[in-house]
Amino acid sequence: MHQSRFARNILLGIENLLQHKLRSFLTMLGVVFGVGSVVAMLAVGEGASREAMKQIEKLGSNNIIINSIKSIEEESTSTQRSHMSVYGLTYMDYQRINETFPNVRKSVPAKLIRKEARVEARTLELRIVGTTQEWFELVPRPILAGKIFGENEVKNIAPVVVLTEFGARKLLATKNTIGQTVRIGGDSFEVIGIIKSEAAQAGNIQIPDQQIDAYIPISTVKEYFGDIFLKVTSGSFTLEQIELHQIIVQADDIANVESTAIGIERMLKNFHKKADYEISVPLALLKQAEATKRRNAIVLGSIACISLLVGGIGIMNIMLASVTERTREIGIRRAIGARRSQIITQFLIEAVVLSTLGGIVGLAVGIGIPCIITYFSDMPTVITLGSILLPLFISVGIGIIFGLYPAVNAAKVDPIIALRHE
Amino acid sequence: MSIVQFENIHKHYQMGSEQVLALNGVSLSFDKGSFWAIMGPSGSGKSTMMNILGCLDRPTSGEYLLEDKNVGVLDDNSLSDIRLKYIGFVFQSFNLMPQLSVQKNIELPLYYLGWEADKSAERAKELAEKVGLSERLNHKPAELSGGQMQRVAVARSLAAQPHIILADEPTGNLDSHTGEQIMRLLTELNAEGTTIIMVTHEPDIAGYAKNRLHMKDGKVEKIE
Ligand SMILES: Nc1ncnc2c1ncn2[C@@H]1O[C@H](COP(=O)(O)OP(=O)(O)OP(=O)(O)O)[C@@H](O)[C@H]1O
Ligand SMILES: [Mg+2]
Repeated sequence: MHQSRFARNILLGIENLLQHKLRSFLTMLGVVFGVGSVVAMLAVGEGASREAMKQIEKLGSNNIIINSIKSIEEESTSTQRSHMSVYGLTYMDYQRINETFPNVRKSVPAKLIRKEARVEARTLELRIVGTTQEWFELVPRPILAGKIFGENEVKNIAPVVVLTEFGARKLLATKNTIGQTVRIGGDSFEVIGIIKSEAAQAGNIQIPDQQIDAYIPISTVKEYFGDIFLKVTSGSFTLEQIELHQIIVQADDIANVESTAIGIERMLKNFHKKADYEISVPLALLKQAEATKRRNAIVLGSIACISLLVGGIGIMNIMLASVTERTREIGIRRAIGARRSQIITQFLIEAVVLSTLGGIVGLAVGIGIPCIITYFSDMPTVITLGSILLPLFISVGIGIIFGLYPAVNAAKVDPIIALRHE
Repeated sequence: MSIVQFENIHKHYQMGSEQVLALNGVSLSFDKGSFWAIMGPSGSGKSTMMNILGCLDRPTSGEYLLEDKNVGVLDDNSLSDIRLKYIGFVFQSFNLMPQLSVQKNIELPLYYLGWEADKSAERAKELAEKVGLSERLNHKPAELSGGQMQRVAVARSLAAQPHIILADEPTGNLDSHTGEQIMRLLTELNAEGTTIIMVTHEPDIAGYAKNRLHMKDGKVEKIE
């Protein structure tokens, strides 16, 4: 069997470390915890940021979402003077966005209303989105039964309704409900389809499906229910006029998202006296999330560095003690003919073996902890190749950095004095 | 033909304000294949001389020729190589590696020579047989008697086939019987052509050598 010199050196190192099992083990523990915490922290951090990214991506990175909000001055004046507050996005805004910006591929208006609905004897409040057929292109959902409304229905102000799975369940509607009539706010609507809901995600800006029961063409909503809503807040009634609650704009290219968002913001500012709208850009959030991720990586990295530093100092400490203890051994080796560099190599390898073994065990610990976390809470954790390789490289590096000084010390030992050493 | 040659070698140690003249102008020449016993009172500079002969130490002044090479001009790595290839040390206190087996102790110089593991194991077995320790290859030094430990040390010093064996009081820690065993071993080696330089206090032991050199106060007193 031919062993390479390198392999023999490593075996020698392991043999020497086995001379002091407990001591080597305790020294290793520092690196184990250091590397373990790095891997675990990276996994938790990566998991959290991936989760955030996924949610943001769901909003569509090409999209710009504009919501109507009640401006602050409106909020404070409405109760005192006028009994009707008028705010929010308008049909004109929608039209202008479509006409002004060449980079807008499509834009979708939405009215969000609540109306009493009746099927046979049951009466329920439905949360309804009035929109165009393009909504379903932006937020595609599988159709469970029937069909969704198209351009014609919107143009013809058709009294049709598409239920979400969620709304359908509320109304106890089934596939057989397709083609039947539901009474919404006193008018008759034909149920033409049921689409699948997707679970609401925390932090989702777009209206999640679970909060939507039905879709009706926007023209129909406007025609049947108008733009004025009665709002009940803490016992008092206010009338609010809002034309559109939301406009979702899709840019033709991801590169044009931010410039288009800025353009829309500027335009809206021109036409709105109050800041009664809010623009959110998932892409910007995505970039923000990426920046947060980078920042987290730096913070986690520095904490990890501290724990690894502690591990490294432990190694240095034990190696220095070992050099003093083995002065005589060093003397013998030097007398036999070992070069200084060979003594350095020997002690350095011991330090690196110590730290690398610690790193490998730490890796196992660091992979185990996130798995346990994910098992007991549903916090996502992700272990990437990088989060495995980096700590391994670092643990090897720590062995070299913190082993070098003791190793050089060992090589400086004067063989004559060392041989007299008892 | 001389294997080692000292030309007016001085070795001074500075002890605070006092200067110790461990070697105070030593000139000598030992022939290839010779067997020298170096004698003299304690503190006369015998060990200091051995250290310089073995290239473990450098003289303060003077010239040391080893096989006609001037050792004084060599760097630390070259001196290490000379120790590895030309010189075998045997110490009074054996100086074996306690954590290594007899075999691994004997193999140590071969490890630094870069020998392959199986070849050096073979050589170690050969040498163990030569010193009569074939049965003890896997023992640790602590499990051996003093005489056995010194035989391991001799075997180790022979591993790299050195030209010179330097033995500083090799029998100092042994009883007279085991001491004689070691001396017979060294005599045998000398008969095979290895130059042996040995420090001893005991005239009996010195009797095994072909030549004797007496030291006093860092100087050569007489040669016989
Ligand atoms: N490293 C040192 N530093 C200072 N003085 C030293 C050193 N080594 C040796 N000496 C001194 O040099 C002198 C010679 O020492 P050396 O060890 O060569 O004597 P020795 O003949 O081997 O004695 P012994 O028979 O006791 O072994 C002594 O006086 C000793 O104190
Ligand atoms: Mg001495």
